[in-house]
Amino acid sequence: MAQITTVLSKFYNEYKTRTPKRLKAIDAYLFYILLTGITQFIYCLLVGTFPFNSFLSGFISSVSCFVLAVCLRLQVNPENKTQFNGISPERGFADFIFAHIVLHLVVMNFIG
Amino acid sequence: MVQAGSKKSSVSKINTKAGISSLIIFVVLLLAWIAGFSSRLFAVIRFESIIHEFDPWFNYRATAYMVKHGFYNFLNWFDERAWYPLGRIVGGTVYPGLMLTSGSIHYILHLLHINVHIRDVCVFLAPVFSGLTAISTYFLTKELWSAGAGLFAACFIAIVPGYISRSVAGSYDNEGIAIFALQFTYFLWIKSVKTGSVFWAVAASLSYFYMVSAWGGYVFIINLIPLHVFVLLLMGRYSNRLFTSYTTFYILGLIFSMQIPFVGFQPIRTSEHMAAGGVFALLFAVGVLKYMQSMMSKSEFKSLVVFGGLISAAVVFLGVVLLTYAGYVAPWSGRFYSLWDTGYAKIHIPIIASVSEHQPTTWFSFFFDLHILVATFPAGLWYTIKNINDERVFVVLYALSAVYFAGVMVRLMLTLTPVVCILSGIAFSGLLELFLREDDSSRGEDSEEEEQSTPSKRLYDKAGKVPKMKHEQSRDTDNIGPNLRSIVTVVILLLLMLFAVHCTWVTSNAYSSPSIVLASYGSDGTRQILDDFREAYFWLSQNTADDARIMSWWDYGYQIAGMANRTTLVDNNTWNNSHIALVGKAMSSNESAAYEIMTALDVDYVLVIFGGVIGYSGDDINKFLWMVRIAEGEHPKDIRESDYFTEHGEFRVDAEGSPTLLNCLMYKLSYYRFGELKLDYRSPAGFDRTRNAVIGHKDFQLTYLEEAYTTEHWLVRVYRVKKPDEFNRPRIPIANRIVKSSNYITKKNIKRKKGTIKNKPLVVKGKRLSSKQ
Repeated sequence: MAQITTVLSKFYNEYKTRTPKRLKAIDAYLFYILLTGITQFIYCLLVGTFPFNSFLSGFISSVSCFVLAVCLRLQVNPENKTQFNGISPERGFADFIFAHIVLHLVVMNFIG
Repeated sequence: MVQAGSKKSSVSKINTKAGISSLIIFVVLLLAWIAGFSSRLFAVIRFESIIHEFDPWFNYRATAYMVKHGFYNFLNWFDERAWYPLGRIVGGTVYPGLMLTSGSIHYILHLLHINVHIRDVCVFLAPVFSGLTAISTYFLTKELWSAGAGLFAACFIAIVPGYISRSVAGSYDNEGIAIFALQFTYFLWIKSVKTGSVFWAVAASLSYFYMVSAWGGYVFIINLIPLHVFVLLLMGRYSNRLFTSYTTFYILGLIFSMQIPFVGFQPIRTSEHMAAGGVFALLFAVGVLKYMQSMMSKSEFKSLVVFGGLISAAVVFLGVVLLTYAGYVAPWSGRFYSLWDTGYAKIHIPIIASVSEHQPTTWFSFFFDLHILVATFPAGLWYTIKNINDERVFVVLYALSAVYFAGVMVRLMLTLTPVVCILSGIAFSGLLELFLREDDSSRGEDSEEEEQSTPSKRLYDKAGKVPKMKHEQSRDTDNIGPNLRSIVTVVILLLLMLFAVHCTWVTSNAYSSPSIVLASYGSDGTRQILDDFREAYFWLSQNTADDARIMSWWDYGYQIAGMANRTTLVDNNTWNNSHIALVGKAMSSNESAAYEIMTALDVDYVLVIFGGVIGYSGDDINKFLWMVRIAEGEHPKDIRESDYFTEHGEFRVDAEGSPTLLNCLMYKLSYYRFGELKLDYRSPAGFDRTRNAVIGHKDFQLTYLEEAYTTEHWLVRVYRVKKPDEFNRPRIPIANRIVKSSNYITKKNIKRKKGTIKNKPLVVKGKRLSSKQ
């Protein structure tokens, strides 16, 4: 157990020093999205899933925001430059916005 | 100067080369489209521009409804003319993609003041979409292999009979547009795996949405793509590109697919969709682990993995237990069970087994539908396995799973056909590449296709694999003499020609019959059109009450609704097995028992298909055993299949047939007055041409029904169900009738004296008599 805590603290330090600021901003956004998802899930456990489509659209919307932000983070990360050939950070961000527009059009339709 | 000039000329040379190659691609695709479109028109030329078969009639009726009443009314449409007394909620039980597609085409054409009838849009929709399928197959194959292989694949899929069988003009069915959506989704998926771009993944999920709206076969996509991802993970080919493309595709595809009312919440509730979710979670876990790995040293990482692994295993286990306990996840549906266990349907769900297209495929039909491609596609598979990369794993999995499914059900031949075309395209292109490479003198169109395949390879394939292959080939070509080379080329061209001839022949002979209009050929080659179906349906629409309820076997439900516009009891949307079993029971029990069922269901007319006069094999007597089986499934006490066989276990309609069969309603309705009919001079009266037998039970009268209409070739026979007050009357012979009427008065007097009250029929009888007098 003690080993794990040391590992985790080391990981935290590594993260703090090595990650660029831009990525940290995305990480903060990811954390926020995670919170919204967890809140919705707890709410549904407490109150019930009655308008099931509304719950689903809210929950899936936060999951997919999370997914899209992770994708953006992967594409923006300079370490992954070789893997994403021909996708600049700007292109990644444009894709991110495009996906969000499509997604939220559908979510608005589904939320009822 | 000289240098600059040479540079310029080389640039222009490249430009002209690119221009020529793109011109060739364009021309070949256009020709493929035109060839595919025109070979699908046999049905229109031979017969007329008409909707075919069974399901297309419903699709057509629904489309016509949507065009007339608007999209929202269509979604809320409750069809009280089907499944009497239950009715059917059409909007919620239909894949609306097909109707929306043709409806919007119709709308656009009318905006441009091109006033086509919606029927013509429906008839020509599938041929038009076959061209789009060819184009998307080209793009898919180009992503997988090379543009040359893509052109081959596009040409193959444009004319291959396995796909034409579902997309001739007039066969207005979901599959016609779904195969296009399938290929296009796969193309976009491959593209997004290659680039890792979110944009392509979103496009793939949009195309998947279209597929979901069009055909139930979307389940194939949502299982195949996760399988691809899973196998890539197992092969250690995880990449961030895979992560972005799959997670985006899955989560968007999930919410898109739930927008279709018929699909509803199934994507998170049924087992068919669970694999996709599991792979999504797995991919996330792998992604997190990889990320951690990049931040830490090995030993640290190991300890963390052990700890995290324990926790995640516990979480997954608890989750599964909870979900099963709460009953959120539904078990697999019957149709899917029958895919794994081929005997399942036969035992448990006769209604699935009764459909001819759900039977296992024979070797004959593989060859018939694919011809030479069935031999070349393993070669293409071998090529792809030999030069494997991320996206070729996909086509290998696609081929293997589609081969399995096509072996299980004839109908799923349709999903096999595209991948066979792709792999055969690869095989042919590989072969020709080998044999035409240095042979400049015999350059045909094919070699030019090859030529432009090389630059595209440089563009799209990642370095390493393909150039190596080229070296291998150039080494190989050294050993091949010019003679051998030209012989092989000629043989390949001959094979391709034979394939084209076979495709045309199959299309014109096997797949272009509308099946509601039959054609027969006389001994002198003259063609005779048998239009009995439409004759009968037209009679129904003109001579019966608007709310008349017509009982027939479910095969004809959509046609009666579409052409005669009358209420049916059961139709091809076989959602209610017990209702079908009730109709089957009525058909297979004797007249009086059937009459009870028919009055309970308010039946006014009964329609049977009888092919004994012209030798039409798809008639109701040949389908009869399925009616018995389905009825037995629900009413095992009243109907037993063994009663309908002779002692030797044969199903025969002649004098040796079992008495239960010879007295059941279906037999009587089919053969009523048939015993008097002499078809020609050589055969005896009552000779059934379909079953080559003289019928066993010739002179009988119908008590509860009367013949209302029989078409020209006796193909369709319509009977009217008598009202309770009618069928007692013919029992009294006409000769006795006068006596009876004189008796009648005294009876009445006696009855009045006694003061007894008799049943209703007597009262009505009096009424009728008085009205007659």
